[in-house]
Amino acid sequence: MERHELIVIGGGPSGLAAATTAANAGIECLLIDEQANPGGQIYRAVGTIPEQRASLLGPDYNYGRKLVDQFNQSSASYLPGTTLWNLNSQREIGILRDGQASLISADRIIIATGAMERPVPFPGWTLPGVMSAGAGQILLKSSGLVPAQGVVLAGVGPLLLLLAWQYLHAGVKIHAILDMSPSGNIWRALPHLPGALLAHHYILKGLRYQMQLKMAGVKFFSGVTEFHAVGGDLLEAVEFTHRGGRKRIDTHLLLSHFGVIPDSHLSRCAGCDHTWDANQLCWRPVADKWGNSSVDGIAIVGDGSGIGGAVAARHAGRIAGFEAARALGRMDEKQRDDAAREDQGWMRDDLRVRPFLEARFHPPAELLSAPPDETVVCRCEEINAGAIRTAIHAGHKDANQVKFLTRCGMGPCQGRQCDNAVSQIVARELGDKKMISGGYRIRPPIRPLTIEQLAALDEGADPK
Amino acid sequence: MNAKSDVIIIGGGLMGLSTALHLGRRGIKAVVLEKASPGRHASGVNAGGLRQLNRHIAEIPLTVAAAEIWKNIRELVDDDCDVVLNGQVRVAESDAQLQKLQARVDAVKAQGYQHEQIIDSETLYRLVPRLVGGCVGALYNPDDGSARPFHAATAFRHKAIALGAEIRSGVEVLAIEESNDGWKLDTNQGVFSAANVVNCAGAWANCFAAMLGESVPLTPKAPTLMVTERLPPFLDLTVGAEGYQLSFKQMQNGTVIIGGAHLAKLDFEREQSVIDFATLKTSAQTVTRFFPHMAQVRIVRSWAGIEGFMPDNIPVIGKSAKAAGIFHAFGFSAHGFQLSPIVGRILSELILDGKTDLPIEPFDIRRFNESES
Ligand SMILES: Cc1cc2nc3c(=O)[nH]c(=O)nc-3n(C[C@H](O)[C@H](O)[C@H](O)COP(=O)(O)OP(=O)(O)OC[C@H]3O[C@@H](n4cnc5c(N)ncnc54)[C@H](O)[C@@H]3O)c2cc1C
Ligand SMILES: Cc1cc2nc3c(=O)[nH]c(=O)nc-3n(C[C@H](O)[C@H](O)[C@H](O)COP(=O)(O)OP(=O)(O)OC[C@H]3O[C@@H](n4cnc5c(N)ncnc54)[C@H](O)[C@@H]3O)c2cc1C
Repeated sequence: MERHELIVIGGGPSGLAAATTAANAGIECLLIDEQANPGGQIYRAVGTIPEQRASLLGPDYNYGRKLVDQFNQSSASYLPGTTLWNLNSQREIGILRDGQASLISADRIIIATGAMERPVPFPGWTLPGVMSAGAGQILLKSSGLVPAQGVVLAGVGPLLLLLAWQYLHAGVKIHAILDMSPSGNIWRALPHLPGALLAHHYILKGLRYQMQLKMAGVKFFSGVTEFHAVGGDLLEAVEFTHRGGRKRIDTHLLLSHFGVIPDSHLSRCAGCDHTWDANQLCWRPVADKWGNSSVDGIAIVGDGSGIGGAVAARHAGRIAGFEAARALGRMDEKQRDDAAREDQGWMRDDLRVRPFLEARFHPPAELLSAPPDETVVCRCEEINAGAIRTAIHAGHKDANQVKFLTRCGMGPCQGRQCDNAVSQIVARELGDKKMISGGYRIRPPIRPLTIEQLAALDEGADPK
Repeated sequence: MNAKSDVIIIGGGLMGLSTALHLGRRGIKAVVLEKASPGRHASGVNAGGLRQLNRHIAEIPLTVAAAEIWKNIRELVDDDCDVVLNGQVRVAESDAQLQKLQARVDAVKAQGYQHEQIIDSETLYRLVPRLVGGCVGALYNPDDGSARPFHAATAFRHKAIALGAEIRSGVEVLAIEESNDGWKLDTNQGVFSAANVVNCAGAWANCFAAMLGESVPLTPKAPTLMVTERLPPFLDLTVGAEGYQLSFKQMQNGTVIIGGAHLAKLDFEREQSVIDFATLKTSAQTVTRFFPHMAQVRIVRSWAGIEGFMPDNIPVIGKSAKAAGIFHAFGFSAHGFQLSPIVGRILSELILDGKTDLPIEPFDIRRFNESES
């Protein structure tokens, strides 16, 4: 089997920084990413995008170019357009490139696969015309596509505001922005404000976006509850409760967003331990301050280990790069500690804003754990919340047992869309505040692989 | 705690649950101790194959009796367990293979059983139209099929409870000791005692046999399954092939389950298995050999379950040879799902009547002692 010293999975800020740092320390390193270009989620297509669209996306976006340049100048090798469909605890990796599946392995692995949007099963979320805000943003970043007929943006989280601002500048008609963060969030967030002020640029940026949107005449509704997307075959409108009254806004496009959570499929597939994060309301891998997971030789950095944003992701990547240099014998502990100190300080400063953001954008609990019985939770297998509750009350007391019984989470998305919701429904029904029941066990392949591709697998048999 | 009962069953897989159910039918309220949750291991994650075809000759009386029960499973557990009985074939690619299968049919007939037959290629292609061309015939049983394993385990559990059984999840038995009036089980949740103990601990069962001084060569292994995306219906039967490790069937929801006892790497201590894709490559090649139209189909998931295997691939079923009041049923070697309803009945008869009408001598725990000497 082809073997590398270090394989970094994911070419976002954390992965680029990790690979660059490790390669500069003399490590033979391969970076794998399923996108065609380096940059990850936030700096998507940063190297190839036309100047005009780049300026639309703001100065942060341009920072990514520097990261990509440094990566390109390093000795790290790079496999773009390559999806990873398996990682196991023995650090063997299954990849797929141009239709060819292969097995490769490494002495050390850094998972830097980033975040995904939090899927929330609200009534009507499966109607055509309902999309995630992230999907809207990906279209904007990679192909400049914008909705022609106007859009409603709804949910919780900073990305909603950012996308609205980006759309405003691209000339898109925004029918309304519906903020579903509970009104108490502001008060719960305030005690965290002093800490957050050290990272005040984040907060100022948010306020500036909001002001510009209001000045442009975009309607804001805050404290929105009982949110429904309605329509027959297609989305026709959104309905919601605002200040005690029921409201309806006609629209054919709804972009919803409820924050981002670690994309933990890969780390779970590898058998890393995970814990429930009650602030971010998601599973996150257990990792030490160097990014080391519970599995020997596998580290996890960036948003994939807990949401910290692009800047913290970059520092975490560098820190894990130095740790890889130690683990692979290029540095001793002291050299690693000295090399990483600056990044650790910057990362600490940058993360100060998180408790404030987490409290301010905490999604309402009922939205996640108490969807109405008739609302579909698993869209692949079309299992609704009522069927899940029935299974729980028939004695299936964890997400995996519910999955076995109902097939919820057994479809092609491998439970990516419903795992979080099912975990929380189980916890709520059983009155379990600590979420001890655990999430789905994730089984490979975690990305599409056909029978023919497996039949032609290149195992890179060891020369005898 | 210190609880006393007539019968304690170690292991809440299908064997344990079925035993509890059959005891319940005869008025005995058994206690099932399960270290994880019922159906967590082999019984909940297997391929659900209800196969009589091509079994070890010694298993034939049991598999035939079990098939009768599955046919009317609702009468036993008040639930149909999603049983579908559309038949199973074992395909032959050459005349030599077909002759071998014919000899098999003759051997089965010699035992007085008629459930296996040879079909010619015309019949085969009528039954399995998407099968690759060039196959010459098959071994066939029209009454084989499948059920949904976790559903079955759930139905057996509910019915056992309805008949008075007590199922305790999260109770791990650590040791068995003889006491004045029966047996004492040390567990992570205190001590349990009973006059009779049934060892249905699956791949873990030999540790209890060893405690009683009758250790057997049971090996834990982790057979792997793959399931595909949903496809339009194209196959009613379960398909195997002579000379290949293949078990191939389409479920009612359109997904295809692919098995054939390809093994994952197992860390038995930690109960973790690592899927071996180099091995599954062979499985995928077998699938494309017999069903070329599957080439572009997506694999959605692969998984492995932990099962106990015996060197002769048939289980241990019966009374302990060393200790009165102890009964064993384990080592089903990746084909115990189909047998589970009858195994529970046999154990209940052994406990309550001291005997059973079914021939279980070949499954005697002592069969390995003799070969040693
Ligand atoms: C939809 C979405 C939109 C966002 N938009 C913004 C924004 O506009 N502004 C902002 O400040 N923050 C945004 N964020 C947050 C931001 O993405 C992160 O803070 C930052 O990108 C984290 O960097 P990272 O290196 O951890 O991961 P990422 O940048 O997400 O990089 C992960 C990389 O891993 C690759 N990958 C994942 N799985 C596999 C696999 N199985 N095989 C191969 N490659 C794989 C991905 O293709 C990706 O390139 C967004 C997040 C999401 C989910
Ligand atoms: C992938 C796979 C596919 C299969 N396909 C088929 C098929 O198609 N058809 C077929 O007929 N058979 C099939 N089988 C075989 C079948 O699943 C098993 O033979 C059958 O389920 C065995 O049941 P059991 O109750 O003995 O074992 P299990 O279901 O493993 O139950 C044993 C239980 O004992 C518990 N236990 C162990 N130690 C202790 C302890 N110390 N204290 C308390 N509890 C304990 C375990 O947690 C476990 O739940 C397959 C098996 C696998 C793994």
